[in-house]
Amino acid sequence: MSSYKARFKVWRGDVQGGGLEDFEVEVNDGEVVLDIIHRLQATQAPDLAVRWNCKAGKCGSCSAEINGRPRLMCMTRMSVFTREETITVTPLRAFPVVRDLVTDVGFNYQKAREVPSFVPPAGVGPGEYRMMQEDVDRPQEFRKCIECFLCQDTCHVVRDHEENKRAFAGPRFLMRVAELDMHPLDAAAESGLDRKTTAQDEHGLGYCNITKCCTEVCPEGIKITDNALIPLKERAVDRKYDPLVWLGSKIRRRS
Amino acid sequence: MSVVDRQEWDVVVVGAGGAGLRAAIEARERGARTAVICKSLFGKAHTVMAEGGIAAAMANVNEHDNWQVHFRDTLRGGKFLNQWRMAELHAQEAPDRVWELETWGALFDRTKDGKISQRNFGGHEYPRLAHVGDRTGLELIRTLQQKIVSLQQEDHRETGDYESRLKVFQECTVTRVLKTVPDSGSAAGDRVSGVFAYERESGRFFVLEAPAVVIATGGIGKSFKVTSNSWEYTGDGHALALLAGAPLMNMEFVQFHPTGMVWPPSVKGILVTESVRGDGGVLRNSEGKRFMFDYVPDVFKEKYAQSEEEGDRWYDDQENNRRPPELLPRDEVARAINAEVKAGRGSPHGGVFLDVSTRMPAEVIKRRLPSMYHQFKELADVDITAQPMEVGPTCHYVMGGIAVDSDTEAARGVPGLFAAGEVAGGLHGSNRLGGNSLSDLLVFGRRAGWHAAEYAAGLSDGRPPVDDVQVDAAAAEALRPFSAEGPTPDDEGTRPPENPYTLHQELQQTMNDLVGIIRREGEMAQALEKLADLRVRARRAGVEGHRQFNPGWHLALDLRNMLLVSECVARAALERVESRGGHTREDHPTMDRTWRRINLLCALTDPTGGLAATDPVRGQISLTRETTDPIRPDLLALFEKDELVKYLAEEELYE
Repeated sequence: MSSYKARFKVWRGDVQGGGLEDFEVEVNDGEVVLDIIHRLQATQAPDLAVRWNCKAGKCGSCSAEINGRPRLMCMTRMSVFTREETITVTPLRAFPVVRDLVTDVGFNYQKAREVPSFVPPAGVGPGEYRMMQEDVDRPQEFRKCIECFLCQDTCHVVRDHEENKRAFAGPRFLMRVAELDMHPLDAAAESGLDRKTTAQDEHGLGYCNITKCCTEVCPEGIKITDNALIPLKERAVDRKYDPLVWLGSKIRRRS
Repeated sequence: MSVVDRQEWDVVVVGAGGAGLRAAIEARERGARTAVICKSLFGKAHTVMAEGGIAAAMANVNEHDNWQVHFRDTLRGGKFLNQWRMAELHAQEAPDRVWELETWGALFDRTKDGKISQRNFGGHEYPRLAHVGDRTGLELIRTLQQKIVSLQQEDHRETGDYESRLKVFQECTVTRVLKTVPDSGSAAGDRVSGVFAYERESGRFFVLEAPAVVIATGGIGKSFKVTSNSWEYTGDGHALALLAGAPLMNMEFVQFHPTGMVWPPSVKGILVTESVRGDGGVLRNSEGKRFMFDYVPDVFKEKYAQSEEEGDRWYDDQENNRRPPELLPRDEVARAINAEVKAGRGSPHGGVFLDVSTRMPAEVIKRRLPSMYHQFKELADVDITAQPMEVGPTCHYVMGGIAVDSDTEAARGVPGLFAAGEVAGGLHGSNRLGGNSLSDLLVFGRRAGWHAAEYAAGLSDGRPPVDDVQVDAAAAEALRPFSAEGPTPDDEGTRPPENPYTLHQELQQTMNDLVGIIRREGEMAQALEKLADLRVRARRAGVEGHRQFNPGWHLALDLRNMLLVSECVARAALERVESRGGHTREDHPTMDRTWRRINLLCALTDPTGGLAATDPVRGQISLTRETTDPIRPDLLALFEKDELVKYLAEEELYE
């Protein structure tokens, strides 16, 4: 097994400010960036703040920006870098820093609350749900999401535009709307909730101009733009500009 | 008197994995104002790592399945040490708990006729595990998380506040369960009055006052070096209960999952789901032999295939064939792999080969085992659709835990304390079957939430008062690592503080080497000495920096819990002189029927909780033996007499 010394720059600081700190640290065969951060904690910087949990790419806790690219630290092999390269690790840029690599991701939890939940169909009891695999395939893809919030971090609508955060749910939660909209048994429509319209009017779907940055950083390989956001846009547009739908919605509202 | 923030709640749930969230949902739906406290972000708990599925006898795939068969499998898997009433409730209620998830939006994989699909797993007679590919735990946690959000949305509509009746305190750690003092003036002294906790982000202390506390903190795997468990698994809930005066039961039973990754070193221990075998994967040694056929123990001889041909036929025709021995309970498979490696027939990196590439087409593997495909590709450069995996045992689960009442999940001896999920003992006996964990979380999480809410509502004499002395003591205990330098009373001079990371690594190495998968008397005695030494050193664990999100400090505090729990495991393992399930003694290699009726209970030697004063040699934990209740006759009648004689003592059979 061959080990070597790598050069790291890690952002350290808090809400008051901070900067990149240099480290030289041992790297062994097969290691990932999170291993190196842990080695720094154990040997050089015991109070280096970092979130992590499963170390297997399943929980989405250890999100950070590695050489400027949003990634999971536990799934970034050291072997993707050359030995000469200096590796820079910084906190997610779109969220306020708490300390070192830890950011305040409360924005995401707030947006999660704004998406109306699954509406169970009336008259179908527990154990009576029948759905075909081909009908659940699509929403299942979106439920692979591990909520690492890398897509939220990279999306240019909010990455450098704090002012858009109020009106824009971000790719993760627009995808959640799409997921519920594609759920074969969701009874939102029957309860008077049109998920397509709310995607546009309440969750800021219109801000998305399908640059696919979210899809590129998704560690689960979910086709967020192609499979969730674009179809949702198409459906929302159908609603909005179909005169019959428009008329229908006016009549129903009056009654 | 301490100036820490205080809030009043009816039920406090410690832990936000499957059991904690299910308990919180139940307590809130039964009218209790409920707070959940968790160490990680909401939705990141260790439950997300569960892969294979939820065991529930829904009979969607094989019509012969029912709760009795599930009960039987569970007892066989646990070698009849299970708290049988829990196993009964579990088997009966699991289907309802799964179906309920669908009404909250869960999307399981489907059968051809649109029902929830169910897959084969070790020790389960029929295909029984409801699943979503190999990410079932993620689906479970997300569904429960989204259900909590939907209840919060309801509360928001009614009260204008999302958190008026159900609040998640994320990234907070509980360090003590608080109790009333015997002379506090309340009708009953010594019952639960709340919890003491700190916020990881700010380091700020706070107290949640509550008459009922549900502990749902999961397991203890982070005390072992090679483990599939996440950082949170430091035995917090086990230690909180012990410190509050509630005993732990059967802590010697630790499950080593047979298939963890073995290479590269940095991922050693990460889980390789049992679904790989459930879906047809086979185990081979370096000679290419399917060695599991040599390791079928007597008690299972009639139930497993004797030849590769029969085992292979079983995947298509379960009525006329017996299943392959790769699907024996986990303890059997883990021991077999261990023995093969020891005999020099291991793979290059000290495991054995698990091969699914020759058993299924690549597309099927990618569809059924997507995260395994991803995990090996990304972390080990192995393409499981073309190459075998290298796997070996990894510390995975603790069967032992807080001793609870089967129906209510009330902890013994501490009114107001409840426990559910991995932290509770009893259901799984000496070994847990795959898939029985997620169903455990749902069935007993719900029951714990229900009875905690009922207990809180039933208190007629007001809220149990919080004892300020305990709050001050808890605050002082939590701050100690910041002033670890300097002389200690029994010390001749000043010694430098200990590095908590170093202590943790030494602890993991000790437990791995000396109280691991195969145990020997001398090694366990040695482990207890080492633990005593670590305990003394851990009192000098020091930290740099300040209280704001300081992982060194957090680890220094978690060490107390890991050391307590590790001592429980080592002491109980030394005491039980037989081999059963997750406890294998090289010096006592057979199962002893007289031990079947014995539970080992661990309690704090000094019940005042004064850890400082404890004698380093004698340790902190005392053991007592307890004889279990006889299994109810109608449940015993579910088994053939021929089988029972292998497990039960003569007198139990004729009682």
